[in-house]
Amino acid sequence: MNLGPHADFIVAAYAVTVFVVAALVAWVVLDYSAQRRILGDLEERGVTRRSQRKDDR
Amino acid sequence: MAVIDLANPTRFLTLVNRMLPWLAAATVLLFAFGLTRAMGAPDDYQQGATVKIMFLHVPAAWLGMMGWGVMSLAALGTLVWRHPLADVAGKSAAPIGAAFTFICLLTGSLWGRPTWGTYWVWDARLTSVLVLFLLYLGVLALYWTAEDPGRGSRAAAVLTLVGAVNIPIIKFSVDWWNTLHQPASILRTGGSAIDPAILWPLLIMAGAFTLLFFTLHFAAMRNEILRRRVRSMRIIQAQELRA
Repeated sequence: MNLGPHADFIVAAYAVTVFVVAALVAWVVLDYSAQRRILGDLEERGVTRRSQRKDDR
Repeated sequence: MAVIDLANPTRFLTLVNRMLPWLAAATVLLFAFGLTRAMGAPDDYQQGATVKIMFLHVPAAWLGMMGWGVMSLAALGTLVWRHPLADVAGKSAAPIGAAFTFICLLTGSLWGRPTWGTYWVWDARLTSVLVLFLLYLGVLALYWTAEDPGRGSRAAAVLTLVGAVNIPIIKFSVDWWNTLHQPASILRTGGSAIDPAILWPLLIMAGAFTLLFFTLHFAAMRNEILRRRVRSMRIIQAQELRA
């Protein structure tokens, strides 16, 4: 594939897009594992939400 | 399951947990297909190979605007019905929409230099998209810095609805003013002005980017629901410690 005389601009555009999309995916994945970890920690300490207590009754 | 049941965060989480792997797989497959078609598309007779930047720039521009549309609907849900899931949807869409608008601005700039001879010009289309990006940053600032999340959400919803005025301005800026940016060439009366050999890869890439948007949005909404559970559990924990 020949990208012509402006190959640098094309490659830069694709590189920037890949970087931003990868950052978004990493943010979503890392945030999910962080929230799961904190929730697990709170539940281990016996903290429950009010709606959970209603369910238990 | 009735549609109204999805307004319950727990049921929504169950559905998202089931849907996300399929959505992610469909996104990857459509990107693989779209990129193969995009790389095999012929060069433009005037712009040469730089037309390949269009396969990123145009979907990113559409999704930057669609993100604001999603946020505007969510803002109505927050302000009119005060539904917590609407607020979750709005808050989760903001960083994703901002990222796509950022991609649109950067790829447009990189496309502009070889075709127009400049990275930037203060014409109506470029300026209105920059305003959209700044509005995204404003909404994010309100969501992320408000001490009281409820007040922050309402303020962000109001700013979102006010900022929605900018969306038709972006769309019609090339018709209302003289701009260096080209007029509409896809969604216009009289049909698309783009050759099918370039149009089809563009539409497939737009579909892939749209799937990516919704995959990320649903995943971010799941995270936000969990974050709110963490917050309410910490408040309960603090109250129990005080008692």
